[in-house]
Amino acid sequence: MEKTPKLRKAVALISGGLDSMLAARVVKDQGVHVEGLNFFTGFCVEGHTHAIRNRKGGKRNNALWVAEQLGIRLHIIDVIEEYKDVVINPRHGYGANLNPCLDCKSFMVGKAREWMEHNGFDFIVTGEVVGQRPMSQRRDTFPVIARESGANDRLLRPLCAKLQPPTLPERKGWVDREGLYRFSGRSRKPQIRLAETLKIDEFSQPAGGCCFLTDESYTAKMKDMWQARGEKSYDLDDIMLLKVGRHLRPVAHFKMIIARDEGETNYLLGYRNRFHHLVMTSHGGPLTLLEGQLSDDDLSLAAKIAARFGQGRDAAEVSFLAVTPDGPEKRLSVAPLKPNQISDTWYL
Amino acid sequence: MSLHHLDVRNLLCPMPVIRTQNQVADLAPGDELEVLCTDPGALTDIPAWCRIEGHEVVQSGERNGEFFVRLKVAQSSVFHVR
Repeated sequence: MEKTPKLRKAVALISGGLDSMLAARVVKDQGVHVEGLNFFTGFCVEGHTHAIRNRKGGKRNNALWVAEQLGIRLHIIDVIEEYKDVVINPRHGYGANLNPCLDCKSFMVGKAREWMEHNGFDFIVTGEVVGQRPMSQRRDTFPVIARESGANDRLLRPLCAKLQPPTLPERKGWVDREGLYRFSGRSRKPQIRLAETLKIDEFSQPAGGCCFLTDESYTAKMKDMWQARGEKSYDLDDIMLLKVGRHLRPVAHFKMIIARDEGETNYLLGYRNRFHHLVMTSHGGPLTLLEGQLSDDDLSLAAKIAARFGQGRDAAEVSFLAVTPDGPEKRLSVAPLKPNQISDTWYL
Repeated sequence: MSLHHLDVRNLLCPMPVIRTQNQVADLAPGDELEVLCTDPGALTDIPAWCRIEGHEVVQSGERNGEFFVRLKVAQSSVFHVR
């Protein structure tokens, strides 16, 4: 009796974008059992930071949506702690901002390899396309990722496999190399065409990438945080707060985070037990968190600035309740600064 | 069947999904889990994750300015691998 061939199992990195969706689909269509992995670093744009400002929410998590469309399981894994070393000490350095793309890809493929080994899977699938990204998706960096992750030739990139040496899944016949692709470069047209062929008519294409570490404004705030601390360190709350509110540093030793709307005020209220904060009492206005050691003069300056962002911005006087994390409260009234008194250099 | 609770208030998605996923892994089929959250996105994401895994969303909605999703753990995985 002929022995039934063993069903091969692949773990696919699923970002929520089109490329990883196509890669997983191509392998699944070849009869391989595919499950998805999605890593949450804390810097993922996929996180619902937008929900802070819009309580109605409604925006889906694209990785979950992709998994549902493909009919595969998705394991979302919190790698926040382990990822710190990637961000703080990238072996291959940063890209244009604080994006450690090559280290990041090696890290994620490495985590996928660990998962693959632990769960008895056979190989790893990614949506990488050679030449698509200047740092991590290049002909010369592909072998670096395969080597540093430990995945070696169990790493299959279906969208550009035909431009690479055959990997183990191809050599063993677990997948048919002829059914894989030779996409390269930054053009999205081949992917769009493949999506049409596979009758995938809805997909996400985040214009600004999938990571806040590629964002100039975000990373400026992160660099400021490290400079103020005198060391490169962060926790999850730090990196979430960098996504919320206006950030101003009027003097070197303190920073203000001023909510931009009611949603952000509600969100920042969750941090009121950790920070000095200003609550506007005479007018409607945003909550302001204060980070650093503030003298009475500093507190007064902060209140004058915060007053500028409330409904009393043109009033003669605006009142605040200044609250410390351990309880003591102080009332103060100030004249809001004029627009030309708020220096552009204070904004982070 | 037993009812379990998970408090993920002040966490933003996908953390509520991750915590839900991790807790469900330790529950028995038929157990129920009520997740309490403040990110309204969880009302979209946790049910999406439940659909993928075959768990039943018993109830979800808003209560006192916060959100909740109550799910029932599937009898068996919807995924069968030879």
